[in-house]
Parts: sequence; C-alpha cells; structure tokens
Amino acid sequence: MRALRRGHKLRAVGAGRRAPIAVLSTLLTAACSGPASMLEPRGTVAARVEGLWWLIFWIATVAFVVVLGFLFVAVIRARRPDEPDRSSSPSGERFVIASGVVVPAVVLIAVFVVSVRDTSDLARAGRSSRLVVDVVAHDWWWEVRYPNGGVTANEIHVPVGEPVRIRLQTADVIHSFWVPRLAGKVDNVPGRVNWTWLQADRPGRYRGQCAEFCGLQHAKMEFVVVAQPASEFAAWLNDIASPAQAPTGVAAVGEQIFLGTTCVGCHAIEGTEADATVGPDLTHLADRETLMAGAVANTRANLARVITHPQAVKPGAVMPPTDLSPDQLEALLDYLQGLR
Amino acid sequence: MATLAQRLEAMWAERPGLGSWITTVDHKKIGVKYIYTSFVFFVLGGLESLLIRAQLARPNLELLDPDAFNQMFSMHGITMMFLFAMPMLSGFGNYFVPLMIGTRDMAFPRLNAFGYWAFLAGGVFLYSSFLSGNAPNDGWFNYVPLANKEFTPGPNIDFYCLGLIFLGISSTGGAINFIVTILKMRAPGMTLNRIPIFVWGELAMSLQIVFALPALTAAALMLELDRKFGFNFFDAAEGGDPVLWQHLFWFFGHPEVYIVVLPAFGIASAMIPTLARRSMIGYTYIVLAEVATALIGFGVWVHHMFAVGIPALSLSFFSAGSMMVVLPTAVQVFAWLITLVSGRPVLKTPMLFVLGFIFTFVIGGLTGPMLGLVPFDQQVHDSYFVVAHLHYVLVGGAVFPIFGAFYYWLPKVTGKMLDERLGKWSFWLIFAGFNLTFFPQHILGLLGMPRRVYTYEAGLGWDGYNLASSVGAGLLTVGIAITALNILRSRRRGAPAGPDPWGGETLEWASTSPPPDYNFETIPRVHSREPLWDQPELRRGAQPVEAGAYALDDGHQVLSTSVVDATPQAVLHMPHATAWPFLLAIALTALTYGILLESPLLSALGTVGTVVGIAGWFWPQGETQET
Repeated sequence: MRALRRGHKLRAVGAGRRAPIAVLSTLLTAACSGPASMLEPRGTVAARVEGLWWLIFWIATVAFVVVLGFLFVAVIRARRPDEPDRSSSPSGERFVIASGVVVPAVVLIAVFVVSVRDTSDLARAGRSSRLVVDVVAHDWWWEVRYPNGGVTANEIHVPVGEPVRIRLQTADVIHSFWVPRLAGKVDNVPGRVNWTWLQADRPGRYRGQCAEFCGLQHAKMEFVVVAQPASEFAAWLNDIASPAQAPTGVAAVGEQIFLGTTCVGCHAIEGTEADATVGPDLTHLADRETLMAGAVANTRANLARVITHPQAVKPGAVMPPTDLSPDQLEALLDYLQGLR
Repeated sequence: MATLAQRLEAMWAERPGLGSWITTVDHKKIGVKYIYTSFVFFVLGGLESLLIRAQLARPNLELLDPDAFNQMFSMHGITMMFLFAMPMLSGFGNYFVPLMIGTRDMAFPRLNAFGYWAFLAGGVFLYSSFLSGNAPNDGWFNYVPLANKEFTPGPNIDFYCLGLIFLGISSTGGAINFIVTILKMRAPGMTLNRIPIFVWGELAMSLQIVFALPALTAAALMLELDRKFGFNFFDAAEGGDPVLWQHLFWFFGHPEVYIVVLPAFGIASAMIPTLARRSMIGYTYIVLAEVATALIGFGVWVHHMFAVGIPALSLSFFSAGSMMVVLPTAVQVFAWLITLVSGRPVLKTPMLFVLGFIFTFVIGGLTGPMLGLVPFDQQVHDSYFVVAHLHYVLVGGAVFPIFGAFYYWLPKVTGKMLDERLGKWSFWLIFAGFNLTFFPQHILGLLGMPRRVYTYEAGLGWDGYNLASSVGAGLLTVGIAITALNILRSRRRGAPAGPDPWGGETLEWASTSPPPDYNFETIPRVHSREPLWDQPELRRGAQPVEAGAYALDDGHQVLSTSVVDATPQAVLHMPHATAWPFLLAIALTALTYGILLESPLLSALGTVGTVVGIAGWFWPQGETQET
C-alpha cells in the first residue's frame, strides 16, 4: 500500500516535471519561429551561425545560472543574525581570479576559435560560386542585376543548393543587405564594393530587409530571395533578360501614356525607349509580388495608388505623383499589369 | 573667539539667494544641479522612448510619422547618453568625490561651475531643435552620408554637431577636474590603494573621456565643415570616406559605454561593502579591472562595424579584443558576488537595486561577447537583439546603480531618508518593467526585426513581443515615477538621516547630512581603506589636529597631497563664487546659435562675449590667482 502510494506520488511528480518541459519546449519553438527567423535557417551560412548561437546560448545560460545561484545565496545570507567576518579573504580573492579570469578566458578562447573557424570555412565555401548577382541599394529599394543583362527590383532569384555571390553597392546612403534565414548582413557603402554570398538549401521565398538605418523609409525597404530548382531558375533567368511581351489593345494605349508622361524620366522598360535608371526597372513588373519594396502587395488597386498617390503609400519615397484621367490610368494599369 | 566651525563657515559660506544659484562654485551645489538637471533630461528621454514604444506596440500604427519617429529615437539616444548618464554620474562624482577623498572642493571650482552651465546650455540648445521640428533625426550614431547636407538638408544635424561639440567642452573640463582632484587633493594618508572604488571609477571615466571625446569632437567638427562649407571629409564621390566617420564615432562610442558603466560600477562598489557589512573582497583586482577596462575599451570599437566590409583578419583582432574586455568585467562581478555571499546583506532598497543591477547587467554582459563573434554579429547586428543587449548593459549597468544611489546617497545630500515602502514598490516595478520591455527584444532580433524601423507589418511573429515590450515600458515608467515622487516627498516628510544612516566605511559618512559648506571641520588623516570602520574617532566629530588632521582655518584653503602616497605638499587657495563661468556659457551659447543660424551678428556677439568672459574669469586679482 505504502509502496503503491509512493509509486503514485512518483508518477505524479514525474508527470508534473515532464509537463513543464514539454510546455517549455513548445514555447521555445513557437517563440523563435517566423518568416525571418535566423533560428529557422534555410541556407548554409545561416545554418552555421545558428549552430554557433546555440553553443554560446548554452554557455551564457550556464554562466547566468551560476550568477543567479550567488544572488540567491546572498539573499539567504541576509537572514543570518551573526556579524560577518570583515577581514580580508585570500580564498575569496583566489576565487575572484579563478572565476573572473581563468575560467572565462578558457571558455572565451574556445568560443573565439570556433567563431574564427566558422568565419574562414564560410569564406572558403563562398569562393566556389559560379553566379554573381549585383545588388545596388537605393533610397528605398533594391536594384538587382544578373550577368546576362537581366534586371529586376526587390526580388533576387537564386538556384537552390548553389552558392551565389552577391556584389553590393549603393546609389546613395549606406544600406545593409540582410536575409536572416540565409546569411548575415553586409553593408552597401558609398565608394566601396562589398561582397557576400548565400546558398539556399531548400526552395522557397526568404524575406530580406535593409538593416542599416537609411532615412525616412528604412522600415519599408524589403526584398525577397526566391530560391528555385536549377532548371526553373535557368528559365527565369532567360526570361528576365528578354523584353516584356508587346502590349495589345488598350494596353498599347497605356504604353503610349507611359512613354508620354514623367514615368520615363525614372523607369526603364526593356524593348521600349524608356531606359532611365533612377527608379526600378519595370520590364517584368507584373511578375513581382510587391510594390515599392514590400510596402504593398502588387494588386491593380495598389498599383493605381502607387501611380497617383505614391506619398500616401510610402511617405518620403522619391517617386512623385502622376496626374492622370481615369481612362488614362486604366489604360496604363492594363499596360503595366501585362509586363511579364 | 569663534569656534573652528564658525570660522570655517564664515570663510566657506556663499551669499544665499537666487544669485548664489548662478554664481556658486561649491561642488555640492553644482553636483546637486547636475543630478536634478540630468534627471529632467532622463524624463524627457523617457518620454521619447514611450512614444517609440507606443508607435511599435502594434504593427502598422501611425501615431508618429516616419520623420517624427526618427527624431524620437535619435534624441532618445543622444539624451540618455549625453544629457542623462554622463552628467548624472558627473553629478554624483562632483558631490561625492571631494567628500570621499576628504577635501573641501574640486580642484578647479570655477571650471566645475562652467562645466555645469555648458552642459545645461548644450542640452537646451539640442532641445531647442524641437521648436522648429528639426531635432536630430539620423540616430545618435549619425552615419554619413545620410547626415550630409544632401540627404538631411534641414538644420537637424547642425544641432547635433554643434550640440555635441558644446557638450564636449563641458565633459572635457569636468574630466580634467576629476583627474586633478583625485590625484592631488586626497586627504593625507589616502594612498592609491586606499582610494574608494567609486573614486577610481570616476578617475577611469575621466581618463577615458580625455582620450575618447576628441575623436567625436573632431568628427562632429569635420561633418559641420562638410555641411556648412562644402568640405568633403566624408563624401565618397569627392574622395572622402563615409567609413571614416564610423571609425571616429565608434572610437569614441564604444569607450562611451565604459564611460557610463565604470562610475556606475563604482557606485555599486561603494554600496556593496557597506550594505553587505564586510570589506570588499578583491579590492585590488576590482581597481585593476576598472583600469584594464578603460584601456582595453579602446581596442574594441570595430565590433560595431563588422558588416562594413573590413578585411577578415582585422575583424578577428577586434573580435579578440571584444572577448578580452569580458575578463575585467567578470572579475568585478565575481568580486561583488563573493563579497555579498560572505557578508550579511541588508536588503534595503539600495541593496535591491544592487542585486537588480547584477542580475540585469550580467545578462547584457553575456550577450556582449556574442556580439564580438564575427559571424554571429553579422546576423544580429542592427537588429533588436542589439537593442536588448545595449539596454541590459546600460540600464542594468548604469540606471540600476544610479537609482540605488538615489536611495543610498541622497540622504547625505538632503539629510532626509527616502521611504522604504515606496522604494521597494519602485524597485520591483522597475525590475519587472525593464525585463518585460527588453527581454522580448532579444527574441525580436532573432526573428529578424531590424532596429530603427518606424513600423512593421503583421505576420512576422513580431506582434506579441512588441506589445509585451510596450506594456513593460509602461510598468517601467510607473516604477521610475514612484522614485521621483519618493525623492520629492522625502524633502518634507523623510525621516532624518543623521550623518551615517547605513554604517558606511568611507569619509563622506564622517560629515553631517547635509555636509557643511566646508565639508569637514578638519581634513582627516586616513590610516585605512575603510577609515570610518577603522578610525572610530572619525565618527565622533572632527579628527583633532593633534591626531594629524589639518584645520586650514586661515583662509579659503584646501590641502594638496602627493599622487601616490598622499603626503601633504601644499595649501591651495580656492576661488570664491563668481558669475563669470555662467556668463561665458551664455556667450558660447550665443556663438553656437550664431553658427547654426549663420548669423554674423550673433556670431560676433558670441565671440566678443567669449573673449570678455575668459578675460573676466582670469583677470588678475592681486596675490591669489583664482582659477
């Protein structure tokens, strides 16, 4: 009977102990999950860094628990009525050196070595890439250029499982290129050419965002890295370098409106005489998921607002409003939505 | 025959009244002005952070437009660093360093007064930018080319550059004053290895200011030349280099962290032995650690620039430096912990703030070396992970000790104790509010949220953490408000403190609360690191001259002693109250506005005023030169 009861009690304790751990691990998993979580890496670089993170996280946790233990004991000691021994404490001083210098030095040197090894391994791995993509940051969007002449904006397509080198430059202020699930950030700095590389291990769309404060619309300077199987990527790359489909019907009227307004002062469309490079290239605009670097989804209504009221969509953006009659606007929208 | 105290009072008392508020050169009055003024700026910086947290509480809010948001986070950083943390710690230093080293004033009382007025004027100058809606808006780090005229054409950045140059005058003067005071004016017998750790902290801070601040001043000056006169220091298109700004800024900016935390660590080191009722274990190691931090602190600045594109070999040097600076910090933490554990801590409010300080600072101290690891830093750099880290370091490392100091030291200043019950409420609200505000920000950073974004979209897993953070900011505010209330309340209703409410070991407790104008009736001779514990005569009023004390009652005098052994060397005549430092600060303010507004008249007036101010200040006055 007694044994039984003890067993019962043990089970209860065990269940009680397991439940919080289960809850905790569920919480931890849920806590660190999201479309831009560096703890859910999908690329070689980010995965390596995630490994480093868990190493230092557990070291830090152990160190913190030790400190908490001391604080706990200090609070307990507060209850003791006797007078403390005020005299100097050689053993206490030895403890300070051991725990303040020796132990942390050993741990930090080890972590430093791991980190330097990670850095150099990652640098070496990046060298084998065959594809170089140019990414030029602008206030507040990303220009993306491929070696075959293909140009797009705010979307970087890459083949899955292959390292891709990225050459980073800026047209104005400092920006920073960051795709948390694929790789850490590297800045786009005026007067410099910086390099980074990334490799997506699975197909998918990975969120990127400018990480260096760059003025009014730093918050809305997103991009997406689209990782595709090699054959799909090759087809896309081929497509991006070719002119857009020629417009027909109302869309052809829209093309004339585009070419006859201020639009051409900033934008280029391959196959037409519009070849300005101030704003994003629009040759394949209709294929993109968002407008104005992630500010809004690429829908007809949003596109209309971007044309007529860009400052309402993204206050401070360089784009000026364009005044069009309703008919003109519809024709222009037909044209732009046909740009594939 | 008047008593010694009456004679000293006659020599040291300043004329009462409003005028004396302007002309005072008493380190205690100046210290109090620093403390209260920087508290006002703390409230302003806090209000800015509340607006930031309100805007970010939910996705896609539009309480602030993007430019207003940018001004808020920029001024929040500038305020908390330059107008709160540095002057607050200077304020405590001003008040307590002379008391702790047993002297009657700072080495250069007029420079001290000028330092305060320049700080106030610089702060008012920076805040006047809000009047035209043009507060600095490119962050406290103010990276070029964004801060160049081309991208920020308004006066926002001119306020930044001129304001920081102005404040730099104040901090540099203050730092020199601390260095000379601490090295040359200690009570006889207070050898280097008997200096209270708080005083060491102020010394380390001052040495860092003297070597780090010129980089910031030079950078601000160069940027202002770029903006106003078309120089091209930072313009890549014209052969300049925007990365140069980052090197100059962080060569100052990282030591700035230690400038703030070293004296705050000193506050903790002042409270711990008293409140744990035993001598500090590892005094020598703590002092060496403070000095080592001040030195190594100059070799880590590039860890703010790991994403700039600097060659990997250089990065690993600075990565190693950033690992190394952990060691002296760990030494201090474990010395505090072993002292607490071997003592009998008194769990009054100041001790709660000490325990809260160790708890929060250690979290920040553990994420610090993570940011020194190049690949990890490149992931979390400029994300909310860094925001969490820096607040754990700076709020944990400085604000908690400062709030502890309000409870521990203000009774010495006012003669009145703060209320314990309110103090405990305040502590727990601050502790809970702080951790609720900033712990989730670690996770936000890991979830990919960049810093300095005025809004974010839903669906990224950021909503809940941001909301928690904003709620925490509210709790934190209530906790801070309770302490502010407690301080005000204590002026009228606080229990009398008496000279030594905590049973302290350092010399400030030998004086009355508040101390008389001359601090000590006799300058005591010190035989121990803990004079009040080891020399009982110090608790019974003035140490008699027969016991080796100095009365210095034939003039407005202090004692100068040797740097290492504190043997008496000279008697210094100290200056009296004067309005010149105040007038000079006014003239410099006019000059600064003259440059800002490009007004030849105002600039000329300011220049003439500055020359007149300096001439008046140094005008020969017979035999004793008053500096």
